[in-house]
Amino acid sequence: MSMELIKPGIHLDFVGKMKYAITFSVILAVIAIASIIFHGGLNLGIDFAGGSIIQIKFQKEVSADQIRTALKSTKLENSTIQQFGEKEFLIRTHESFSDQKVLAENLENPLTAVFNKDYEIRRVEVVGSKVGMDFQRKALFAVVLSWIAMLIYITWRFEFRYALGGIIALVHDVLIIIGTVSIFNIEFTLSILAAVFFIIGFSINDTIVVLDRVRENVKLNPKQKLGDIINMSVNQTLSRTILTSLTVFLTVLALWKFGGAVIHDFAFSLLVGVVFGTYSSVFISCPIVLLFENLQISKMKRKK
Amino acid sequence: MFKSLKIRIAITVIVCLTAMYFLIPTFISNIPSPWNQYLAKEKIHLGLDLQGGMHLVLEIDTDKALEAMMERTSNDLKESLMDNKVRFRNLGKANGATISLELTDSAGKTALENVLRDKYPDLEIADTNPRENGQLVTLKINDKRAIELKKLTVEHSLETIRNRVDQFGIAEPEIIPEGDNRILIQLPGIKDPERAKSLIGKTALLEFKIVDEENSLEEALHGNVPEGDIIAYGMRTDKSTGERGSVPYLLKNKALLTGASLETAKVQIADRFGEPSVSLKFNSQGSIDFERITGENVRKKLAIVLDGVVHSAPVIEDRISGGQAQITGTFTMDEARDLAIVLRAGALPAPVNILEERTVGPSLGSDSIRQGIVATLIGTLFVIIFMILYYRFAGSVADLALIINIFLVLGVLAAFRATLTLPGIAGLLLTVGVAVDANILIFERIREELRTGKTIRLSLETGYNRAFITIIDTHITGIVAAVFLIMFGTGPIKGFAVTTIIGLLASLFTAVFVTRVIFDYVVWNFNIKKLSI
Repeated sequence: MSMELIKPGIHLDFVGKMKYAITFSVILAVIAIASIIFHGGLNLGIDFAGGSIIQIKFQKEVSADQIRTALKSTKLENSTIQQFGEKEFLIRTHESFSDQKVLAENLENPLTAVFNKDYEIRRVEVVGSKVGMDFQRKALFAVVLSWIAMLIYITWRFEFRYALGGIIALVHDVLIIIGTVSIFNIEFTLSILAAVFFIIGFSINDTIVVLDRVRENVKLNPKQKLGDIINMSVNQTLSRTILTSLTVFLTVLALWKFGGAVIHDFAFSLLVGVVFGTYSSVFISCPIVLLFENLQISKMKRKK
Repeated sequence: MFKSLKIRIAITVIVCLTAMYFLIPTFISNIPSPWNQYLAKEKIHLGLDLQGGMHLVLEIDTDKALEAMMERTSNDLKESLMDNKVRFRNLGKANGATISLELTDSAGKTALENVLRDKYPDLEIADTNPRENGQLVTLKINDKRAIELKKLTVEHSLETIRNRVDQFGIAEPEIIPEGDNRILIQLPGIKDPERAKSLIGKTALLEFKIVDEENSLEEALHGNVPEGDIIAYGMRTDKSTGERGSVPYLLKNKALLTGASLETAKVQIADRFGEPSVSLKFNSQGSIDFERITGENVRKKLAIVLDGVVHSAPVIEDRISGGQAQITGTFTMDEARDLAIVLRAGALPAPVNILEERTVGPSLGSDSIRQGIVATLIGTLFVIIFMILYYRFAGSVADLALIINIFLVLGVLAAFRATLTLPGIAGLLLTVGVAVDANILIFERIREELRTGKTIRLSLETGYNRAFITIIDTHITGIVAAVFLIMFGTGPIKGFAVTTIIGLLASLFTAVFVTRVIFDYVVWNFNIKKLSI
């Protein structure tokens, strides 16, 4: 006897709940945008904004305040100091410390004066603001172009409204991840960007599976109402949707729990993204396909 | 497609063995000697975020290179115009990469145009303005040539930096051009980042110039620099106090000889104080020039200028033949060694700016990779156990396919010398998800077919065929998106996209092809009443 999470023949009314889902999503999107505006844009990491990041590991327990006191009246006075794992700290500043002498004067000498040599500088990253801007532009450009490419491919394989449904679901997911990152004031770094890419890949995969069933069922039952077909398709793929999302969710949960400080934020964004990527395939892309179907029908009616 | 099970099994085995072949060096570090020459040599390259090391993005100031070229050209042009009896005054390099001069003769312009056409085809007249008794002419490099020169400058810089890094002795450096005028440098496992940075970023323009002792240095320092002269500073260490101070020199601007005439440079320890110095050997033309120059300037001082700083200015006692010279100064051993390297590798044709710098200590690199690998393994283990619990035999087939998938991706990365970075691991994770999803899709379809009462063989057949349409669409959509990320993205974005593409292709093979081979083998060879799925 094999396991079955979802019994065959299940029939939940998804289409009937789509109205609520869309309202919910619109509220989330508004919150996401409001949070980004409220925070004055995203908290961009040095990869995108330029600046320096220095990671230091101490041999003894120290506090962020002690470090701040040590760095008083240096160029790092107004930097962000954040605990990062055990006895480890991140110092962030928008200045570029590309010169070893400047770094020694503003960091090593004052630190050594207070903490002796009981620390190790484990990482120094310096990104010029020009490179940061460049990267911002290129990342955005690459994402938008990849969306257009998917739009064209899905239109070719399915229909335009399916493609539109898929891409709008992606925009929805990305907006919610970025909103979450903004609400928790997580720094938007390269690894968060990698998480966004992951979710784009995951979400479009999930959407296509559902839409593919819709396409198949439309062919099999050309007379049936699209709303019913969508309901049927979502129910038929429900078992698979939940299984896949669950396995991916568990994998990402492991990353979040055991992956360490470096990938903690990355894994957190993935967790949020997996949940909403799954949700959007059913509750965002399907209503859009349905919406455009209805529009087409009303147009036809008018023609008559 | 391949009906014969034997052929399909053979394909599977060959692909797996090929992947293993490329992965051997990654998993076994010391292969005994008769074997190591037959096996692949490249390990999987870990990105600096995983391994520790230094990442630099340099921008080559190509405009400066053009300006320097115009500076030299203006000196030559002066001589050419005099040779051709064209009357002019105030010829010199002007703003940016232009030369300006005043022609004092009405026929001057035609004569200038003739000289330009014959000897300076790269120059063109950008602008002429009438002046009292003549006209002011501005010359520039023609646009096509300027672009060419900038490109050459970048290529030359790339070559020079490669030479320097090679001689410095860093294992597996990566030095890649990026965009129009940028160079990406990755130095894994480097211990002294500051030293590497100065080695790479130093222009290292070595020039020999005569010290002007006919004019007063005092007056020049008050702003009265004689034409054709410049003021340069040298560093001097006070032997008694140990303090470093700067000393001004008045030099003839024309470089008599440059580092381009060197054959080699090496570190030497002077006997008396045990201080290191760098000894230079000129190439054959350089030796002839050096002999002539020293012969013509006996009793004068010859300044050895490196990147605009005077290192020493010894008096020329006599004509020097044999093409040997020495740079003394107050070097540490490392400084002397690095100077010899940059002189051997040649000067950079233009100054460079550091746009981006990341240094990750080796301890942090290994921490993050250890944690990353542990987390990925735990996650994968979850998936493997889950699949077996849920799909029993079929689940274990999917697990086998998943493991093959991961090995294939790593094998391809090793074979193509691609680098695995943190975003790359995200890509790998995505393909694990998609590959498992492909099998879930197939198995759910087979279950649906079995429920309708079809035979095992027919259910397998239809299940695979139906699910394949979906799987091909999900995979190709992912690949299309990733291709665009590669085309328009940079570094880390590419890292993600490359592993994603490899992973999706591998997943098409393992999750669809390989699992089917196993099912067919089992179903065709054993008389199975009920499929464990």
